[in-house]
Amino acid sequence: MSTPLAQQPLVIAGRTFHSRLMVGTGKFASPQAMSDALAASGTEMVTVALRRADLSGEGDPFADILDFIDPEKYLLIPNTSGAMNAEEAVRLARLAAAAGLPKWIKLEIHPDPRYLLPDPIETLKAAEILVGEGFTVLPYINADPVLAKRLEEAGTATVMPLAAPIGTNKGLDTKGQLEIIIEQAGIPVVIDAGLGIPSHAAAAMELGADAVLINTAIAIASDPARMARAFAVAVDAGRAAFEMGLPVAGRTARATSPLTGFLDA
Amino acid sequence: MSFVDEFNRLPGIASPRLQAFQRLLEPGHDLEALAARAAQTTRRHFGKTMRLFAPLYLSNECVNNCKYCGFSRDNPIFRTTLSVDQVEAEARYLATEGFRSILLVAGEHPKFVSNGYLEDCVRRLSAFVPSVALEVGPMETEEYRPVVAAGAEGLVVYQETYDRATYDTLHTAGPKKNFDWRLECPERAYQAGFRRIGIGALLGLADWRAEALALAAHCDYLLRHCWRASVTVSLPRLRPAAGEFEPTHPVSDRDFTRLMLALRLTFPQVGLVLSTREPARLRDGLMPLGITLMSAGARTEPGGYTGAGREALHRTERGKIVPLIGTEGEYATEQFAISDDRSAGEIAEKLRSLGLDPVWKDWDRALAHQEQAA
Repeated sequence: MSTPLAQQPLVIAGRTFHSRLMVGTGKFASPQAMSDALAASGTEMVTVALRRADLSGEGDPFADILDFIDPEKYLLIPNTSGAMNAEEAVRLARLAAAAGLPKWIKLEIHPDPRYLLPDPIETLKAAEILVGEGFTVLPYINADPVLAKRLEEAGTATVMPLAAPIGTNKGLDTKGQLEIIIEQAGIPVVIDAGLGIPSHAAAAMELGADAVLINTAIAIASDPARMARAFAVAVDAGRAAFEMGLPVAGRTARATSPLTGFLDA
Repeated sequence: MSFVDEFNRLPGIASPRLQAFQRLLEPGHDLEALAARAAQTTRRHFGKTMRLFAPLYLSNECVNNCKYCGFSRDNPIFRTTLSVDQVEAEARYLATEGFRSILLVAGEHPKFVSNGYLEDCVRRLSAFVPSVALEVGPMETEEYRPVVAAGAEGLVVYQETYDRATYDTLHTAGPKKNFDWRLECPERAYQAGFRRIGIGALLGLADWRAEALALAAHCDYLLRHCWRASVTVSLPRLRPAAGEFEPTHPVSDRDFTRLMLALRLTFPQVGLVLSTREPARLRDGLMPLGITLMSAGARTEPGGYTGAGREALHRTERGKIVPLIGTEGEYATEQFAISDDRSAGEIAEKLRSLGLDPVWKDWDRALAHQEQAA
């Protein structure tokens, strides 16, 4: 990847990242396609569904998704997808840690298997337990500003609000709420879910998000590696624009040569 | 309130969603266009993946008489019930084939397949199989709870036919005669804590469009009322079996495909299951269009994978055990003849050639394994 346009590194829980693109590992046509896309994305953070991984410690060759992710190259963040309540999520997180995975956890608790919308109450409950046990917790949440603050107070490392339900490709459906979350946040805000095309990611970064997480849009692309690269470029461009300060849109025309320029003469 | 109330008012109260579903079933809709939309919808929601599972038959004993079923009590077939050790042996064989998702299937017989037996089987398998589901005779909510606690994740119950009159004609004896009891079974399973609920209609028994509408209404109801569960839909077509029942309403490959596509477009996030009842050519064609779960390398008799249970083999005549004569009955009788006999490995390879990733493990027993947590 060429020198990024954006200049400020991302810091989560004291760890510095130069890529602001997180990538999920579900839905790919093959482990190799996933591996190629990760490389092309320039990502440093990869999330993996624990329900697809071998937690038994027996080297299960039919649950080999972890074999395709180089832990030297990427920070592997296990996720608790499939958990319907705090108890299940905590159990999964502990198992992942016991299996030797990093003690980072993307906390996902969605009791509704269709839209996979996160349960705010159970998420807060699990976050409090896991933070207390020393996990670096990255909770997936609805775009709820109050919940975001409550999680921050509980000690989570980020909040990961959705832009739209997982896999919908709808873009920044929750834009107004995301703006409030970003404005109020004292921890990194990672916009997760619903971003379907690179311009969605760029817009999220322009909004001031600290990072975005993409999975479906990359995984189901005809050329996942190329799409991963497209997202990487878009994230970088959006972040650079945010760092420079976006021009404020106005309703009336503004002359290139200011009418009041004589005052500075 | 249960689905029975809504069902009894069908088709009169069909919602706009169900009316749209019904329109998709009409021949006027361009099948090719439906296929393209369904393929796209499936990729969006499920990605380029296919979950694989295998059935494991525990017992072919049955107290019911169902005219279409090879296991019917009156059929003079070779029967057996596997011991828990034998069930484990079958499961370990399937695990070597790659399966991490197993469906335990049994006829309905309180003497052979009682609650304690099912619990023991589930508990034994849960130690090394992440996802264990059941397809057994309907039970009470309270009877399901210990099976869920033992580690069972899913329950499958097909209504067979949603046509009351046909149902009554086909089920001549046994507890299965109770149409409403069966129809409410998915709700009882949900109350008991099952996370995945499978429903379906056995195609070939009644007019397929009417069956489809009732099945879609059932799915729609479960999505609204059992919102925490994953719902899967299966459309088994009748296959040759003991008793030699012939389908009274055969469903063509074209209509079967149309029905699958209509279900996918109406219920984008619902899992659609395709079994080895269907021929290889059709399965291959449907793989990229809307199917999300497939069985492979299936055997439909107890002990079919390892030969287990043969020492307890016996023959029945009108439900009564009769002595075996000579060398007859070396194997238990299958429920029906499968059509696609390719191995799990061959199916996985076919999926890969179509740009799909065969997923063996998509569940971990740490999720919802209550006894383990205790």
